[in-house]
Amino acid sequence: MRYERPQTIEDATALLANADAKSFLLAGGTDLLVRMQNDDFEADLIVDIKSIAGMGNITETGGGFVIGAGVPCAALSENPALFVAWPGVVEAANLIGSTQIQGRCTMVGNLCNASPAADSVPALVAANARVRVAGPSGQREIAVLDVPTGPGKTSLKKGEIIEAILLPKRDGRAGDAYQRFIPRTEMDIAVVGVGVNLSLDDAGMVQSARVALGAVGPKVILSDKAAEAIIGTKLEESVLDALAAVCSDTSSPIDDKRGTVAFRKQVAGVLARRAAQTAYTRAGEK
Amino acid sequence: MSSIAVSTTINDDDVEFLCQPDETLLDVLRNRLGLMGAKEGCGTGDCGACSTIMDGRVVCSCLVLGAEAQGKTIETIEGLANGAELHPLQRKFIEHAALQCGICTPGFLMAAKALLEANPDPTETEIRFWLAGNLCRCTGYDKIVRAVQDAAAEMRGETA
Amino acid sequence: MSFDATYQNKSFNSVGTRPLRPDGVDKVTGRARYGADFNMPGQLVARVLRSPHAHARIKNIDTSRAEAVKGVKAIVTAADLPDLTDGDAGLFAILDNCMAREKAMYDGHAVAAVAAIDQKAAKAALNLIDVDYEVLPHVVDVDAATLPDAPVLNEKIFTQGVEPTPTMPSNVANRAEFGHGDVDAGFEQADLIVERSYKTEQTHQGYIEPHACVANCNPDGTAELWVCTQGHFVYRQNCADLLGLEASKLRVTSSEIGGGFGGKTHVWAEPVALALSRKANRPVKLVMSREEVFRASGPTSATSIDVKIGAKKDGTITAAEATLRYTSGPYAGMWAELGAMTSFACYDLESVKTVGLEVVVNRPKVAAYRAPSAPMAAFAVESAIDELAHKIGMDAVDFRIKNAASEGTKSSYGPVYGPIGIGPTLEAAKTHPHMSAPLGENQGRGMACGFWFNFGGQTCTDLNISADGTVTIAVGTVDVGGSRASLSLIAAEELGISYDDIKAVIADTSTLGYNDMTDGSRGTFSTSMATISAARNAIEVMRQRAALMWDIPLEDVYWEEGHAHAAGTKHGNRAPLSVKDIAAEAGNTGGPIAGHSELVADGAGVSFATHICDIEVDPETGSSRVVRYTVIQDAGKAVHPSYVEGQYQGGAAQGIGWALNEEYIYGEDGRLQNPGFLDYRIPVCSDLPMIDTQILEIPNPNHPYGVRGVGETSIVPPLAAIANAVSNAVGVRMAHIPLSPPRILAALNEANG
Repeated sequence: MRYERPQTIEDATALLANADAKSFLLAGGTDLLVRMQNDDFEADLIVDIKSIAGMGNITETGGGFVIGAGVPCAALSENPALFVAWPGVVEAANLIGSTQIQGRCTMVGNLCNASPAADSVPALVAANARVRVAGPSGQREIAVLDVPTGPGKTSLKKGEIIEAILLPKRDGRAGDAYQRFIPRTEMDIAVVGVGVNLSLDDAGMVQSARVALGAVGPKVILSDKAAEAIIGTKLEESVLDALAAVCSDTSSPIDDKRGTVAFRKQVAGVLARRAAQTAYTRAGEK
Repeated sequence: MSSIAVSTTINDDDVEFLCQPDETLLDVLRNRLGLMGAKEGCGTGDCGACSTIMDGRVVCSCLVLGAEAQGKTIETIEGLANGAELHPLQRKFIEHAALQCGICTPGFLMAAKALLEANPDPTETEIRFWLAGNLCRCTGYDKIVRAVQDAAAEMRGETA
Repeated sequence: MSFDATYQNKSFNSVGTRPLRPDGVDKVTGRARYGADFNMPGQLVARVLRSPHAHARIKNIDTSRAEAVKGVKAIVTAADLPDLTDGDAGLFAILDNCMAREKAMYDGHAVAAVAAIDQKAAKAALNLIDVDYEVLPHVVDVDAATLPDAPVLNEKIFTQGVEPTPTMPSNVANRAEFGHGDVDAGFEQADLIVERSYKTEQTHQGYIEPHACVANCNPDGTAELWVCTQGHFVYRQNCADLLGLEASKLRVTSSEIGGGFGGKTHVWAEPVALALSRKANRPVKLVMSREEVFRASGPTSATSIDVKIGAKKDGTITAAEATLRYTSGPYAGMWAELGAMTSFACYDLESVKTVGLEVVVNRPKVAAYRAPSAPMAAFAVESAIDELAHKIGMDAVDFRIKNAASEGTKSSYGPVYGPIGIGPTLEAAKTHPHMSAPLGENQGRGMACGFWFNFGGQTCTDLNISADGTVTIAVGTVDVGGSRASLSLIAAEELGISYDDIKAVIADTSTLGYNDMTDGSRGTFSTSMATISAARNAIEVMRQRAALMWDIPLEDVYWEEGHAHAAGTKHGNRAPLSVKDIAAEAGNTGGPIAGHSELVADGAGVSFATHICDIEVDPETGSSRVVRYTVIQDAGKAVHPSYVEGQYQGGAAQGIGWALNEEYIYGEDGRLQNPGFLDYRIPVCSDLPMIDTQILEIPNPNHPYGVRGVGETSIVPPLAAIANAVSNAVGVRMAHIPLSPPRILAALNEANG
């Protein structure tokens, strides 16, 4: 096994493109090193991308925010502009693991690990975030929603690396929020997660909305029906009931050691309602 | 697998070591550098017993590769006291009986040090959530939280 | 000199104060050495191969490919650990658990082990050991295992304790019955009866330090073992018995221990490490991974318990009955028996009957976990007691006070009680401010009582006085949470010197006589007794030396406040001699001064506690949060109150985890699905509030200072206290622990139709 720390993205993609199948990217390492503990784990190459220029930066541009693939989640809440613009994304990312994990884990890692229960992913999907992918044949941009394809699987091709997450510019009265359920208060994997992002018109009516559900399917679910349920409303009680019902119905979870189908479906509705209310309040305060 | 040469700073000392590419920082500290204060309770980042501070952030050293220490500044429990003078957190942990078996104590101390550097006046809730990644099975956390509160007060100069 | 352990009421100078613990600096600086913190020259690394099957016949193990791996120095299987147990079933269970013989009995059961020059070689070899398994049907559920069609784990198990002895093998290894009176007649007198079945899931002690040892067998038949253990003398005996070593030639040193709670009371992999060392002729270090700890070391029992209690309208219990089924892993144990003994121990009952059924299942061998078996029994009984109080319309505390055992009560398990603390803890609960504090929305309050026997046992202590007058006490009970501080206080008290002049150390098995392990809440109780005895013996020696120094008769020298005094006026106004004065002259008056003690500490003194807790339940998700918690417990005499509080708080926290989220989760394949701290969810710091404590001191008549064991009882009430609180919060009786959010939400859904 080799450990490489390339200085440029081109070197990194070349290393991966020319490597055997058993090669891995290392950013925060909080998933990879856990896998490495397993006796069955084998690797030929580990590519540490944190020395590549820009990987550790959060940059505000005309189009929004560019968050490098090496930015630890703890750094997100330390960026006031980002936190004001996308509190739901930041709170979701900050829910991953402990303080110790926060110092290392990254949103891109959370995304590429492709766990259906990843905390930051529903929030990013709700935020309509995109990623910049570097590969042997150059750069491309895709939606976060299109990165995971199933548990542990992504749409990235051999040699491709997600360089950065791109969050759109935030204007007007808009807000986002993320809610998840875990059995304890900390340190658990999400049993259900819901991200809601919405904007309001001048009358306080929901103008646009995106609702994303985590841990209730093989990959994150973007529910158009859930968004439709709240667009054009002020989140009246009956609207929230409808939203909850849609989210419960849209969920197609499994029974496992972390929760049951019935529990997950019911709680998906509860959390959607709560996340929507928080997002609505946040939007209204702008 | 060929070894990697790493130059780093640990507890203000320049340190060089060789490690395997898949070797964790925890294994390097314990097995190569004789710094056994960091403990392995799980090896998967769930217990915090191996907490160390790397470039100012508290991390689980079981989830860091030794090779990643290159050029970093690392603090371990062995560097917490200033010579014979214990850090206020260390003193307060003893005074408050905040340890029973003591296996989790080095990790708690390093995490608490990072907390008080980031937030010198944390609330009880902030202390509890910051330390949620450090498992203790003996104390029920009560005396640990009190020790951190008391150390924080002393470090702010509020001790009676 | 015979030792009088009778309690004597006296005022204390040192006992009851809160000095700094002597091992504190070591532990806050990272210098304390735990099981994995020790190395030997030329040491090899060991790894254990474990069964992936819940139940499988081992048809063949081929180690030839693994032996060929460069750097591999030894591989052992059951063939290297032959059966020397000579019909001792308990010891055979330990042996078979260390290394599977004919069958792998659970997922994680050890089947072979490797010693190699490094982890890499060991891991490579592990993957090349070929085990030919014949997978057998398995059963993990306590109730399923007792059904007629359940796979039988062991054809040699015929239920003991029933007449006539059954002719068919069964997974019920043992039946034990306790009680007195006529329960049928008692239930006929009852105005109201509560009858319900309860279930609890299997939990793990969850100590943060995995099992670790360094073993070294020399060619001359001597051996050493460095190990984290609750009892190095017991480990020595276990290892000597299993490996055919002479006990005195095996020197076992206990490291600092990173938690045990009962899980480090008998050997797991230590005999394997010694066998590897013997075969490789090199020292061997064996450290379990966290996954191995969960899969293959000491969980507690899963249980299924039926309770029936009847009472008159005035609140008098007329009869109580319980049938308790406890899993013991694949080998017979005594866990259901302990459950049956403890279940009604808090109450004064006219008629009571408990039956314990020991059930073998394809799960890891059960080990003790803090007041083993009592928490589950208390959960069932205290839930039913609460329900009955509600039915009668009586306050839950008053109902318990009315039926509480007291001095002279014949206990449900046989003995007649001496002075005990159940009544006082209940009275203290009744008047505690927590009991009358207002509850918030979606909150419920619960309370429950708990009992534990406590234990004394064999103990040996040496007390050596140095020439400068400072004192070392060498004890043989492992310090699991501050006992060195407590024992130093005891020695300071008895000798009349400063706590700072005393240093307590844990001696190894070659430098002190046999000690039972630190279990049964016996560490401070029994070793303080031996320390008092040793100190009194040392004082006797110092009196003799003072008599020599003064050249007066021994009977004219008395000891008081840390000094030898010349009695009366006939010897002039001799200034009293301090310990330092006498020690300084020791070389001229007969040599070193020491006191020794070897005793069996009887009369440990039963222990009771009452807990109160408030829980807030999120009615939409079933999530629950402990918002306030109070522990009230009798300590006899709290030697170092901070560490007594620590025991109360720690036990409560473990009980809270058990009640709310901790459980072993098995798949259909019988494999453990959550062998890690991620999904085996012990309480984290943000899960808990401060845990208030109230120490009661009802002196134990059988200890000179009145000390009782305090370590275990605190884990007994929480399961029931929390279940009662949640039941009160949601209005549904919760009878299946843990009360995880899906279970609470399902109950809420059912209640709301």
